[in-house]
Amino acid sequence: MVQLKTNPLRKYIRNEKLPHFFCPGCGCGQILNYFLKAVDDLKLDIEKIVTIGGVGCTARIPVYLNTDSLHGVHGRTLAWATGIKTYQPDLKVVIFAGDGDLLSIGGNHFLHAARRNLDVTVILVNNFNFAMTGGQVAPTTLLDSVTMTTPFGSVEKPFDACELATCAGATYVARWNTAKPVQTVKSIKKALQHKGFSLVEILSQCPTNFGRYALKTGNPQKVLEWIEEKSITKIKAEKLSENELKNKFILGEFKDKKQPIFQGTSLFKEEDR
Amino acid sequence: MDKNLKHKGNRVNSGVHFMLGNYAVVEGALAAGCDYFAGYPITPANEISELMSKRLPEVGGVFVQGEDELFSIYSVVSASLAGAKAMTATASAGFNYMQEGIGYASAVEAPCVIVNVQRCRGENFATQSDVMQMRWGASGDYESIVLAPSTAQELFEYTALAFNLAEEFRNPVIVMSETTLALMRERVEIPEKEQIKNHRRAYTSLSPEKYLPFKAKDNRPPDFAPIGKGYHTLYTLNYHNEDGSIDWNDKGYKKLYQRITGKISENRDKICKAETYFMEDADSVIITYGSEVRPALDAIEMARNDGKKIGLLKLITVWPIHETLIKEIAKNVSRVFVVEMNIGKYVNEIERICLPFCPVTSITKNMGIIHTKDEIYSAIKEIL
Repeated sequence: MVQLKTNPLRKYIRNEKLPHFFCPGCGCGQILNYFLKAVDDLKLDIEKIVTIGGVGCTARIPVYLNTDSLHGVHGRTLAWATGIKTYQPDLKVVIFAGDGDLLSIGGNHFLHAARRNLDVTVILVNNFNFAMTGGQVAPTTLLDSVTMTTPFGSVEKPFDACELATCAGATYVARWNTAKPVQTVKSIKKALQHKGFSLVEILSQCPTNFGRYALKTGNPQKVLEWIEEKSITKIKAEKLSENELKNKFILGEFKDKKQPIFQGTSLFKEEDR
Repeated sequence: MDKNLKHKGNRVNSGVHFMLGNYAVVEGALAAGCDYFAGYPITPANEISELMSKRLPEVGGVFVQGEDELFSIYSVVSASLAGAKAMTATASAGFNYMQEGIGYASAVEAPCVIVNVQRCRGENFATQSDVMQMRWGASGDYESIVLAPSTAQELFEYTALAFNLAEEFRNPVIVMSETTLALMRERVEIPEKEQIKNHRRAYTSLSPEKYLPFKAKDNRPPDFAPIGKGYHTLYTLNYHNEDGSIDWNDKGYKKLYQRITGKISENRDKICKAETYFMEDADSVIITYGSEVRPALDAIEMARNDGKKIGLLKLITVWPIHETLIKEIAKNVSRVFVVEMNIGKYVNEIERICLPFCPVTSITKNMGIIHTKDEIYSAIKEIL
């Protein structure tokens, strides 16, 4: 008789809420795992972690986590995070956001939270489309991709979230994909320990929508293979020309810097007395 | 918020002041325990943010100037869920953006205060044109509590009252200010600290294992457990069960929103405040709110000098509407006048309540400037 073991990370999950709502083959389940592995490895106090999700597939991750959580409004995750973090600085605030949530409707909050170096961790799950709503074009969709609202191919140049965050003032920035669990967990751990605005972008497969419309396959493995083929590490990328890097996803750690964190716009100092 | 810093500021600036309306709002908020403020520049509400940026850090609170009004309202709501007494202030155009967050605050029952200094579209002239938007501007089912000051003194008092009502009912409360009041200087008397009510929401006495974040008695808000204390609460806009979890349930949805709206509408008589003037012998009455109370009272004085028996009902609580009192008055007078500074909006609600009993006349002025007493009195004279 085989002795069944429970996944040690189940203790962080609202087990009564399972099964989750993610499609078969979706990357969100993997990312939930990577995050909890990082929390467990670091032995973080779960009572002091607040997880935040806006609206979208990724935003549902906090719904399954047994933490204090905010959920259900599109794009406002970093505004929520600022209220909590400035009022209760002892709490660790983690945001799970999709590319639409963070970079489209929440784009302005994203830029300003990074600029201020708000001490929170953003886990950006980039699946290249608005998935929950049925596969519309997103600010991350690659040129010429067919989506539900670009039937003749996307004509807009996509955002590079890591570049955007770096320019705006984020102090820890990394990008991996769901096929790189070890590196991803390592970066999430670094982000969680980082004092300042940290962004970990994870490229993730959406077989149901992006896969079917843009890649003409609903097979999760094929979608992930497509991401892997386009992925290249930062070290390798440094040797390639701009043309060779066209449509490539550069993976790695882009920034890790110490800077003063945001505690409020107007701070009273002892010397002002 | 650095709780270890020693702070020099006074929360309550007791004494008599000659004070700007917008500053009176700040003093009222601080006196009632406000310790988080977020705002975005907009005229004519700027002085609220400006004074807050100085006063709040001095008393150990957090001040943030955000990137837009959406930031303001959402950070206020989340700070409230972390235990803060939180407020934001804006003017009409900014109030539009905040509707979204007001909807979320009412769904997760986060107490917070929003000051809306009403202005004309794109211009800083006087108006009361947001009176309906303050009731149901956001999507979804909820009930608003809206207070309408008419003096700088009342800006102080009703802002403090707004915090206490927000905490008691775990609901957003809106202070309906106006250009007219916000930018006017007047005498403001701030009482001693001990005389000012500083109410805080009921905290749960249950352990995290037994606590259900949205379990409450009928028409009451649930007991509160702040973020970060091991209660692991999910605050979602979506329909949520008593344990906070997302799980569509048609009967549960109906019950949740019956309670969220019922805690305001069923407690209407407890929440609603009003003042009456010259009502003892009145055979007709002016019903009005906000700055329009001032010329209306002067107009009544003119009418009384001419022997016309007119009284005044000043609505402190604009929403929920003081249905019981208005109905009672309508039964005892021959005519109701509604004075307001817009195209005539609130009058529709007054008509709904009064028309079975007496006729209603709308006296409006929508020109970016408050009524004069002569304008109100001449409108009355046309009828009486």
